[in-house]
Order: sequence, then C-alpha cells, then structure tokens
Amino acid sequence: MIINGVTIDATFAEAFPMKGTRAIITAQNEKWAMIAAQAMTGFATSVIACGCEAGIERVLTPDETPDGRPGVAIMIFAMGGKGLAKQLETRAGQCVLTSPTSALFAGIDGGIRIPLGKNLRYFGDGFQTSKVISGKRYWRIPVMDGEFLAEATTGQVDAIGGGNFLVLAQSQPQALAACEAAIEEMRKIPNVIMPFPGGVVRSGSKVGSKYKTLGASTNDAFCPTLKGSTQKTDLSPDIESVMEIVIDGLTKGDIDKAMRVGIQAVCDLGAENGIMRISAGNYGGKLGPFHFHLQEIMA
Amino acid sequence: MSALTFTLKIRPDQRVDMSPLVCHSLEKLEAAEIAALKLQCGKRKVRVGELFTVSGYDAKHIIIKNSFAKLDYIGKDLDGGMIHVEGDVGAYCGMGMKKGAIKVFGNAGIYAGCEMKKGQLEIDGNVGDFLGGALAGNKMGMKGGLILVRGNAADRVGDHLRRGTILIEGNAGDYCGSRMIAGTIAVMGNTGKFLGHGMRRGTILLWNEPKLSASFNDCGSHTLAFLPMLFNSFNDLNSPFANNENAFNRVQRYAGDMSEIGRGEILVKTVN
Repeated sequence: MIINGVTIDATFAEAFPMKGTRAIITAQNEKWAMIAAQAMTGFATSVIACGCEAGIERVLTPDETPDGRPGVAIMIFAMGGKGLAKQLETRAGQCVLTSPTSALFAGIDGGIRIPLGKNLRYFGDGFQTSKVISGKRYWRIPVMDGEFLAEATTGQVDAIGGGNFLVLAQSQPQALAACEAAIEEMRKIPNVIMPFPGGVVRSGSKVGSKYKTLGASTNDAFCPTLKGSTQKTDLSPDIESVMEIVIDGLTKGDIDKAMRVGIQAVCDLGAENGIMRISAGNYGGKLGPFHFHLQEIMA
Repeated sequence: MSALTFTLKIRPDQRVDMSPLVCHSLEKLEAAEIAALKLQCGKRKVRVGELFTVSGYDAKHIIIKNSFAKLDYIGKDLDGGMIHVEGDVGAYCGMGMKKGAIKVFGNAGIYAGCEMKKGQLEIDGNVGDFLGGALAGNKMGMKGGLILVRGNAADRVGDHLRRGTILIEGNAGDYCGSRMIAGTIAVMGNTGKFLGHGMRRGTILLWNEPKLSASFNDCGSHTLAFLPMLFNSFNDLNSPFANNENAFNRVQRYAGDMSEIGRGEILVKTVN
C-alpha cells in the first residue's frame, strides 16, 4: 500500500492488555492545572522502568469539570490493577496534592473503584472531612493554601497499551516534523495518550539483549547507523532516521482511530517531505493479543 | 396509569398509623384487598375502606387526599415509588425510608424523615421537631437521602444526623444540628439558639449570621471548592436552593462543637 508516495508496510503493531484509569485535575487557572498534570504524568513513558505509562489526554473547559474550574484530563496505564492503584496514589499525593490550588476528580465513573483521595485524606491528620455529593464521596483535606478537594475513588478499566507505528524518513528533521504533525492530530482523539516525550520515542526497543540482565535493548533493525553492521536491518539505504509513536488507549477502537489519523497526518506530508515508509513494532504476534494491521487501519 | 389514591372520608379522633400504605407493600394487592387492610387507629384497628375512598391502581404512585395532622407514619420504610400527600401529615412521615420520594403539600409533624436511609422527602409547609433526627434513645438519625422543607422547621433539626442533606428554605428552631455525626444541613432563613450543640462532624450551611455558642471557634473567611459542587447537586430541585443567585463559595467558617470533638463546621455566607 502506498499513500502519497509513502509505503505502508504489510505489518502490524502488537499491543498488550493493561489496566487504565483517568483523573481530572483542576486548578485556579489552566496554567496551574497543566503544571499539576505535567508533574503527575512525568517519568511515565514506559512500564519497563517507570511502573506505568501516563500522559495528558486533553485540556478541559470549566463547564467540563466537576468544580467548574479549568482542568486537564490525564490517563495512567499499568500492567496490573495493583500497580496502577499504587502509581495513581503516589503520583496524586506527590504531584497534585502538592500543587497550588489543585483539586482532583475521577475521570471514569464505571469500572473497578480504586483509591484517588481515599488514602490521601490521612495527610489531613484527623482534620480531613468528607462530603457525599450526588452519591460521590469527596475528601476535603486542609492544606496551607486552603483545602485540597479530592474525589475518594476513580474507575479502573481494562485497556490496551503498546499500539505503535514507526515513521521512516530520509532525515532526522523530516522524521521529527512528521511525528509532530501526527501527534497534533492524535491528541484530538479521546481515550488515548502517547506517553513518550512529546508523544514521540526515538529509542524504540526490541525484547531481550545480549546482556542477560537487560529485558529490552535498542531495536537494531531500525537503527540507521547499523545498516551495515546488523544482519537484520529493516532499512533501505535512503532511510536515515526512524521515530516511533506509542499509543495507549481504553479500547482497540480508540487506538485504531488514533493510529489512522496519525499515519494520515504523516502521509499528508508525503514522500516529497522525505517520508519513505510507515512500519510498526511487533514480536511476531506471539506476545500481545491485540494486533493493529497498518494496511487494514488505512484501508 | 392512574395513581392509587386514598381520599380521607372522615377525620378520626384518634391518630392513625399509615405505615401499611406504602408502595412496595401494595404492589401485588387488588383494590378490595387494599380496602380490607387494617390500620391502627388509637387503640382499635379500622379497615382502610372505612377511612378512605380507594381509587386508581398504580401502587408505585400513591396519592393521599384530605390528609390531616393525625395521619402518622406516612411512607414509613418506603422502598421505592412515590407518595404525594395533599394536606398536613402527622408524626414520623418518611421514617426510615429506603428509596423513593414523598411529597407533602402541607405541614408535617414531629420526627419527619427521622432515620431515613435514602430517597427524597419534600415538605411544602412547616415541620415539627426532630426533622431527620434519631428516635428517642437511638444514636443515629438520618443516614442518607435528601429532605427539603419549604417552610420553617422547629427544634432539633438533624439531631444525631449521620449522613444526607437537610435543606430548609425558612427558619430553623433551637438546637439545629444538635449532636450531628456528619451530613449537611442548610438553612436559608434564621436559626435559633444552641446551633450545632454537641455536633461532632458535618456541615451547617447558613445564609444569615447565627447566634453561636462559645464552643464554636472562628476559623476565618474562606473560599471552599466543594460548595459550588454541593449547590450544583441541588439543581434539579424545585427550590431557591437550585437558584444560582443563592449559591456561594465564600464563607466564614466556625469549627465546633469544641465541647465535643470539634470536627464539625458552621459555614456562613459572606460577601467579602
């Protein structure tokens, strides 16, 4: 398949089941809601070493938030429910509770309930109070700037992590420009996050390493400087840079949609802007139950 | 479907226990069976048919017409459905209700909504003592749901209130919020003496400056984030509580009762 001179490989991205949740952070203004959201989703690019994958889903207007203030929706994904709950609680406690004027609310009503402010309340040292409003419990924790308001729980749902595609370009600036265009469009899709810095990862990995202690190592098949040194290179001589976009989402449909608009945005730049191919990372289909076939998505 | 309607034919001299006439108990009964039910009236039992004309058949919606202040226990332990009462009601209206709604187009006696667990009780007129309170000797009053009073409430509103919300458009008498364990009481009018006497936790929300006991400490003026959310939750009510102009988030906060554990609060609307 070729779109605007860009070859879409007949391959697929392989993704895994994860547990996901969403939280809504509000603050006096969008600036401080974003600061808290960025702190809460920091150091959360990959479950390999961060314990979770997290990102900002979108900015919310005051009429979309529970307390009528500007807000930001963030999503966190982890391999299991326990890990997710731990990450959510730690991050909420260290990054949102501490952030001036912030408040924290559930972003998913259904699913399994996991603690949001339920345990943070003990920071109140006995001065905390709760209010049940419209059937939901909120904790009011006295803090130095006033009160930190946090909903007791949020919903944990089954999710998918590791949807991805690779952008293969003639140069590094062209690869990055294409990924930036893709991320801009993909951020408009609800229920997904792209957890890597700016949504883009330049160090895609393969499973395993020659070093026994490492579970993952550089994806040498897509490293342009190794074209002549690795036997399994997947790059033609004209490709000088590869970047990857990883997508976590609540459903397969959400990731499908995000991949489609992302790949389309890359293809819109086309071969004339140095974009040669779109490929995807997989492990032969043996590890992850969710397969995102690029040509089917773009059909 | 036409509502199951009980129209009072005569006003008995003695008080009547109306607790058998709740939606979930009448759902599977024929009209004749309902008319044959017996109600305690003073020291004797009388047939429903003797006191009321029974019409309609939808037991999920009960209407009681010509009601007066000696009809006690209306909607007791109601477990779903709706009861409309045209006229006054006696004591214990909505006591222990679990689900559903009761609307009283008149005044209510003592212990209205006492120990109710969920659901909604609306009273158009005034109510007697111990609204949403605990029965004498019991340690827990209302445990959930919402009570809306459009008139005034007498003494001991929300005595031992455990959870839930009591909204009073008019005034509240003495000892409002006494011995509160938690929950919310909002009074748009004035409050009497000994407000929040012995309250442990919970919130008393006021539009007018109260006369406070010495055991409440001033915590200063604050903008509280939960208040807009609380007011938003009243939006569906047919009441001034649903009016945005009556909502506020800037309050003077008084903590108390310090003679108890002092985790309760009285929040008074401020303009600055």
